Amino acid sequence: MAEQKGMTLNLKIWRQAGPKEKGEFLKIQAKNIIPDMSFLEMLDVVNEELVRTGKEPVEFDHDCREGICGACSLVINGNPHGPEVATTTCQLHMRKFKDGDSIVIEPFRAKSFPIVKDLVVDRSAFDRIQQAGGFITANTGAAQDANCIPVPKKNADLAFSSATCIGCGACVAACKNASASLFTSAKVAHLALLPQGQAEREERVLKMVAQMDAEGFGGCTNTGACSAACPVEISLENIARMNRDFLAASIKHR
Amino acid sequence: MQNVSRKMGWLTSSVGRKQLIGVTGLGLCGFLVAHMAPNMLILFSAEMYNKYSHALISNPLIYAAEVGLLLLFLGHLVFALRLSWMNWRARDTRYAVMSNGPKRTAWAQRSLWAQGLVILVFVILHLITFKYGTHYSVTYDGVEMRDLHKLVVEVFSEPAYVIWYVVALFVLFFHLRHGLGSSLQTLGINHPRYNCAIKVASWAYAVIVVGGFLSQPIYVYLLQRG
Ligand code: FES
Repeated sequence: MAEQKGMTLNLKIWRQAGPKEKGEFLKIQAKNIIPDMSFLEMLDVVNEELVRTGKEPVEFDHDCREGICGACSLVINGNPHGPEVATTTCQLHMRKFKDGDSIVIEPFRAKSFPIVKDLVVDRSAFDRIQQAGGFITANTGAAQDANCIPVPKKNADLAFSSATCIGCGACVAACKNASASLFTSAKVAHLALLPQGQAEREERVLKMVAQMDAEGFGGCTNTGACSAACPVEISLENIARMNRDFLAASIKHR
Repeated sequence: MQNVSRKMGWLTSSVGRKQLIGVTGLGLCGFLVAHMAPNMLILFSAEMYNKYSHALISNPLIYAAEVGLLLLFLGHLVFALRLSWMNWRARDTRYAVMSNGPKRTAWAQRSLWAQGLVILVFVILHLITFKYGTHYSVTYDGVEMRDLHKLVVEVFSEPAYVIWYVVALFVLFFHLRHGLGSSLQTLGINHPRYNCAIKVASWAYAVIVVGGFLSQPIYVYLLQRG
């Protein structure tokens, strides 16, 4: 293969030794970056160079690298998961950048997502919101025959579109209030739209909202920044659904 | 952080508080219409304007209405400030760079709290200038009443006041344009079949209310200045 001449990028990467440590930007050049690389592969190249020169590599989260697990994060030039809409950082390609571009890379910033190290943040607050009510208690046994549970096609589609939330936390990172409303509402709506979710519907929304508030996330002011940043385009309709379920449950519950 | 595993009281939750802000906001939206529409009489005649204002303030129900209005206003203000404070604290370190692509948050939406504070200052000054302003008298058909029209003309002959009024009303415009649709979303009303109508209604409402209010000082300044 003929040698490919790659791009050179001027990076400013957030480095922070630990949760309580003071962080600062590391200025570094990424050289020989091939446009077909993903953003994370570009960081791999940077890290290899750091390791080669005896420095500590930059920590960042990743797992599947195919846009389905929600492990990757990063705020790239002010955009959670980078400037492309409906894209995770691992699916963002360097062809979206130009040779010589400056790129500022920060962690997801929110009090409820404390920085562990460099670009890695602790998103376990989301797990606790999920554990507060994002499940069905009754044992459902083995998978039933599909037609035994009547779910209208429209509801199935809506529930599925809520269920596509990968829990990455970009909504929190994007929101000026660091609100977890989009995540929580997607989880609430997913089960509220299905027959299996009805028994615990009130309990679920009350408990999940309580946990969301206890974690210290901000409130929703309907700017829509969350949905714009969401890699799977979870819609604001979920938040409205959570709001009306919460109102109804606040009035009705015993 | 542990699992709290409890349910949430409506008014202690972020969602419930936001709903209270929405409901009081909708109430205030109603007030704005009831305030703007009859005041348009100023475009017609001093007598009609004064007679309407006399009928309004001499009705004993005005006190109940004023208390209700004050509660709406304070409820909206206090809960919005609390929520803004909580929202501010939810992020302890700020981003170095702000998005300027499709993922950015519009300036008008990031500054709602500041818009609210401008409106608060405006309302206080507005009450001092008019409600508690100079008391001129006039007599129509043997009934003596307050000549509010004279005061309004006096105030709006002052260019500085007219400019401040126009600026404050522009701020109100952004606040209202966001407010109506946002209140409905907060109360859980969001449906693909009605969203477009809600958006149009929010815009139309803001344009009509702010346009109506704007026409009054501008009309007085241009055509009635003594
Ligand atoms: S690494 Fe799994 S979604 Fe990006």
